[in-house]
Amino acid sequence: MEWETVIGLEIHTQLATESKIFSGAATAYGAEPNVQACAVDLGLPGVLPVINEQAIQMAIKFGLAIEAEIPERSIFARKNYFYPDLPKGYQISQFELPIVSKGHIDIQLEDGSSKTIGVTRAHLEEDAGKSMHEGFGKLTGIDLNRAGTPLLEIVSEPDMRNAKEAVAYMKKIHSIVRYLEISDGNMQEGSFRCDANVSVRPKGQDEFGTRTELKNINSFRFVEQAINYEIERQIDVLEEGSEIVQETRLYDPNKNETRSMRSKEEANDYRYFPDPDLLPVQIEQSLIDEIKSHLPELPDAKKQRFIESFKLSDDDATLLTSQKEIADFFEACVDAAGGETKLSANWITGELTANLNKENMDITDSPVTAEMLGSMIKRIQDNTISGKIAKQVFEAMWNGEGDADSIIENKGLKQVTDTSAIEKLVDDVIANSPDQVKQYQESPPEKQGKLIGYFVGQVMKQSQGKANPKQVNELLKQKLNS
Amino acid sequence: MSLDKSEVQKIAWLARLSIDEQDIPNYSDELSNILDLVDRMNSVDTKGVSPIAHPLDLVARLRSDNVTETNQRDHFQKHAPLTEDGCYLVPKVIE
Repeated sequence: MEWETVIGLEIHTQLATESKIFSGAATAYGAEPNVQACAVDLGLPGVLPVINEQAIQMAIKFGLAIEAEIPERSIFARKNYFYPDLPKGYQISQFELPIVSKGHIDIQLEDGSSKTIGVTRAHLEEDAGKSMHEGFGKLTGIDLNRAGTPLLEIVSEPDMRNAKEAVAYMKKIHSIVRYLEISDGNMQEGSFRCDANVSVRPKGQDEFGTRTELKNINSFRFVEQAINYEIERQIDVLEEGSEIVQETRLYDPNKNETRSMRSKEEANDYRYFPDPDLLPVQIEQSLIDEIKSHLPELPDAKKQRFIESFKLSDDDATLLTSQKEIADFFEACVDAAGGETKLSANWITGELTANLNKENMDITDSPVTAEMLGSMIKRIQDNTISGKIAKQVFEAMWNGEGDADSIIENKGLKQVTDTSAIEKLVDDVIANSPDQVKQYQESPPEKQGKLIGYFVGQVMKQSQGKANPKQVNELLKQKLNS
Repeated sequence: MSLDKSEVQKIAWLARLSIDEQDIPNYSDELSNILDLVDRMNSVDTKGVSPIAHPLDLVARLRSDNVTETNQRDHFQKHAPLTEDGCYLVPKVIE
């Protein structure tokens, strides 16, 4: 039987506020245990939550970026469950009237076409603390620094049909929250994580199959692997004639498998009700207008602009706009390169990216700044250096040996464009290679193109790579054909 | 509406309350009374009445995003039964 997969994602993204969503405690990552957990975060008796206006504004920003409706009123609810890292016995979240209602984003599929994925809603909630089950003997250590950190939970429609679409969606949301600067999106630190709802059904069937929920996946690669494993597992179960149990499953990246969490733990009954400690939040149209007027250029719009005004290919534009920092780097590089776009794109997606990947670095930490790279590209453009020598210059800049001009100067890398100097080298090489000259001259013209490579190589070698390759080629052709 | 024994036990479990077997009929009656009251309220015609999320007809005042709390860990941990290395200690909740 042919099966169709249905996937919906719930993405939790940590909002980049200074203080918590309901208290004035700091949200900085990596502090010593419990030094950022105040009386409100600890759920001590008599405390009251007060909503952080920045969290509200960041959520609205996201809503506007996905063209969602922002309801005039939003309310907070209690989601009740017991766990030691949730001291109040409930999480303040949203149930009815979430801050962001229905929106949508476009993802790009592998064949280049695009697909619209619906976003059902996005709501604000507080994060829980952290339980540490190792290192405390028979006990569990609780760190409540993270308790009360603002999260935006972004819930998609079940619009995705395979793991690749799910990853494309997750990457797009990641890119949007980073462009909006509402989250650092740091997946290692847990600032961006995802639950995937996966089901399969016979192709052509309208109703959904029974779904399972894969919890807390914190990398793009794991999302793809976990979903693919789960699809295979569900198809196997169904083809055996058994049924899928609706349950929560955990993905184990080491074994590349999903396994059931114990059913008792997931017999959830959250008994949501409006939190009596919190009044409804009123969102004024003037605030929405204000936020809208300050929205930055988003990835799709930026990509379109790069294609149109910089004449970049779709692939290059996609790569260069995948992160705001890369796009900014590119634009600054083009500026410094005197408007040269194609070379800038090539150097960033090629040499620079390769070096960054090798050192596992972000572009913002690159030792070669956009200005440095742009100035070097200018020197390729004005024939001071060849593209080949530029690789040497780039390596030297990467290793902190200064900017392009001083490296070219100090290492004597300036390209030789003086025709008489090149001519002398060409003459020497021809004089020293009688056999090759004979072979060249006896070959039909269509083979000469290939054979000339030997002479070019020799001349470049004699010039230590500094002769202008174009001039070398022209002179060689002239002399060999005469 | 009347709650049976297993429903009372489920509610107790959700609230993490341990209850005596002999008290169950009593709890069942009391909880059922509350549900009867809800039923009576549900029977009122509320067409044209807009729902409220809070009895006070007010909207929330928000705070600006500033860190106003200082580290009072030592003070708070004086009241905790067990702490170690800055962590609160609780019985292990997983195997």
